[in-house]
Amino acid sequence: MSSGRRIYNGGMDRVPPERDLAAIGLLQDPVRRALYGHVVAAGGDVSRNQAAEAVGVQRGLAAFHLDKLVEAGLLEASFRRLGDRRGPGAGRPAKLYRRAAGEVEASLPPRTYETAAQLLAEAVDQAGADLELQAAARRAGQAGGRDAGPAIEQLLEARGYEPYPDGNRLRLRNCPFAHLAHEFPVLVCSMNLALVEGLLEGIGKPAGRAVMDPAPGRCCVAITSKDNQD
Amino acid sequence: MAPAHHLAQVNVAIVRAPLDSPQLAGFVAALEPINALADHSPGFVWRLQTEDGDATSIRPFEDERVMVNLSVWESLESLRAFVYASRHLDVMRHRREWFHRMTDPYLALWWVPAGTIPTVAEARERLKLLTRDGPGPDAFTFREPFPAPAGAAR
Repeated sequence: MSSGRRIYNGGMDRVPPERDLAAIGLLQDPVRRALYGHVVAAGGDVSRNQAAEAVGVQRGLAAFHLDKLVEAGLLEASFRRLGDRRGPGAGRPAKLYRRAAGEVEASLPPRTYETAAQLLAEAVDQAGADLELQAAARRAGQAGGRDAGPAIEQLLEARGYEPYPDGNRLRLRNCPFAHLAHEFPVLVCSMNLALVEGLLEGIGKPAGRAVMDPAPGRCCVAITSKDNQD
Repeated sequence: MAPAHHLAQVNVAIVRAPLDSPQLAGFVAALEPINALADHSPGFVWRLQTEDGDATSIRPFEDERVMVNLSVWESLESLRAFVYASRHLDVMRHRREWFHRMTDPYLALWWVPAGTIPTVAEARERLKLLTRDGPGPDAFTFREPFPAPAGAAR
């Protein structure tokens, strides 16, 4: 960015980029918000029909809003034939929607906590202070768990984890620390596990046990029920 | 088409105590299952090992506490998936209990022609290169990777 722009843009640097603003603005519409929520909660590809049915609107209206969400970068679209039929008679491939990989962020006044987090993580990593970080995360989790109701799902959701049941485990669809975890996997995933362990301890009753159970594309932590450990 | 280049990785670690000490028991117990997991992971090509099935008895440095781990993978993605998105991650969580903190780079990655395997001496050179020059095409890291030489699939 040239210094010239700073002089003539009348303070526009302090307003979030138009693309991010537009994306957030789109979600003011309750139908769009419901559609976005449905696609996100599904955790995978959703067809226009499925989304329309879930939200209770006409297919055409759902398609219009879903495509708006794709334009804004909140969803990603792909085409695939549903069902096994191939060749003539199989029909056109369906347009499917899933949450986009990118992130939308807007903070007023401007804050760049991501930069601070990167620098702090780098320093903690170099200092080898993994165990100190895990202890801090556990304390923060315990405090958060004590202040919350007994439902671990709600507690996790409030922290951005997006829990979903998978057999006798509770898995977490979203990694709230995605960028940081990608750059400092061992440090940040260990912190994350300690945080979730702390939350469970803070809730008090034996809500379950947090374990590290990573796989590509999901959070590294899962929760097993106490009576059904696998 | 099979990739023309494979990814070599070396990492070194200074153990805090002898392998037969209680402090390292967790590490020793994890060796066999985690090595087996590596051997069966998608994209695994080769790893340095003695007849014990691991490389813990190979101590190529002056400081005999330094252990070396050397392996070859089909791609950066396959190695990353094993290291950071498998049960291996749960083991690495304990790294500070088992190994000393190192100030110099302890992990280096580089590309080798498919079908060749690196030597321990070569791995030492790559670590030295990374320490001296920082990440580059001949020695890099997960955080700052470099693509395989031109004409090769990743």
